Amino acid sequence: MDTTLSRTISLKVNGSAVQATVDVRHTLADFLRHQLELTGTHLGCEHGVCGACTVLVDGRSARGCLMLAVQAHGREVTTVEGLAGADGRLHPLQQAFKDHHGLQCGFCTPGMLTTLSELLADNPDPSEAQVRVAISGNLCRCTGYQSIVDATLAAAKSMRASGAAR
Amino acid sequence: MKPPAFAYHDPGTVDEACRLMSTLDNARALAGGQSMMPMLNMRFVLPDHVVDLGRIASLAAIEEGQEALRIGAMVRQRDLEHSPVVARRCPLLVDAIQWVGHRQTRNRGTIGGSLCQLDPAAELPAVCAALDATLTVQSARGTRSMPFAEFPAGYMTPSLEPDELLTAIELPDWPQGHGHGFVEFARRHGDYAIVLAAALLAVDAGGRITRVSVTLGGIGPAPVRVRAVEQALVGQVAAAGLFREAAEACRGLEAMEDVHAPASYRQQLAVVMARRALDAALASLAPSRGTAH
Ligand code: FES
Ligand code: FES
Repeated sequence: MDTTLSRTISLKVNGSAVQATVDVRHTLADFLRHQLELTGTHLGCEHGVCGACTVLVDGRSARGCLMLAVQAHGREVTTVEGLAGADGRLHPLQQAFKDHHGLQCGFCTPGMLTTLSELLADNPDPSEAQVRVAISGNLCRCTGYQSIVDATLAAAKSMRASGAAR
Repeated sequence: MKPPAFAYHDPGTVDEACRLMSTLDNARALAGGQSMMPMLNMRFVLPDHVVDLGRIASLAAIEEGQEALRIGAMVRQRDLEHSPVVARRCPLLVDAIQWVGHRQTRNRGTIGGSLCQLDPAAELPAVCAALDATLTVQSARGTRSMPFAEFPAGYMTPSLEPDELLTAIELPDWPQGHGHGFVEFARRHGDYAIVLAAALLAVDAGGRITRVSVTLGGIGPAPVRVRAVEQALVGQVAAAGLFREAAEACRGLEAMEDVHAPASYRQQLAVVMARRALDAALASLAPSRGTAH
């Protein structure tokens, strides 16, 4: 095998160890979708504009279309599939999106959720303006941002409340 | 919208990267990928070899020198944004980073990548112009350094040979407690600016300006230092009215014209952005420095 054209990588995806051989030219997003069949990560523009492909790499949001799969070697990747608990219970952000009409067609939703989960991990009590800036790199073409912002503020509140109860 | 076939290399040292850049045909360096990856996906660039600098630890360090901060070319924009050292020694850089792309692109994007991309309206080249940064460039043939002013060779073109890598950026200190301001006008947050401005200000105990730097981006192919404004301000007592008058000199600058705005619009914006950047710099002066208010 010519290791400059394809490589075997080891990484963690949503908590599980994964080993796979990838073409070096394949993006992380295509690797997740086509090789791991994690189709929750969406591709809208494939050039870094829409944010639909956002995943977390070592806890930091990144555009899956602007990273090569081979660059994820040794890292921990979280996709939208990894946000819910192992028991299937929705992440508070997912629950709030459901309750507050934070999605319509759902195309932008995976990128919104991953980006916002990073925001809330960094800043459990963001202002409305901070939420809007955080999703400035995520385009939604149908829901309208208002209900996404409402859902995020509601999720932050419920996460703070349950954090305090713990 | 998929990258073309290329061979991938991820050297662990700068020397190894330089060796690859000098021996491989049609090789392109890959920094944070936030501009290079779109160009690969759209096949605007068709390299035979991609040399990923992401695993070279020495390029990702922020070092405190005696009189300057030395920032490795592969330091992520996100790390600059949150670095206490950068906040203390070079607050203008932190001001500017808030305007760079989005959270997701700052997590990957690097300072060196942005400088080499050299978009006319990018924030980080403007910071380097404002601070008179010194750049270190390395190749298998040796190491050289150059003032940032000599780095832009033309529209989106740095003066680098094909085998050379930008390795470090030195940002000289300004006096403790100096004023700093960075503003821009874009249609949406995170877009490239139509016009941006950076200002630095140092004053004496009487509030008199001892040193000032005013830079505009988005006006021409590279950031412009507006010497006329700087010269008009040195020796004067810092105050908002003074800035309003001095910033008028920006109206006479040659400005580019494109789909986003005609030249006259940019000239008008240049006046307003320069004034606002100076106002922000004045407002940020440490109180002990005393101003004319
Ligand atoms: S698909 Fe990655 S940003 Fe649009
Ligand atoms: S829910 Fe349809 S694009 Fe956002």
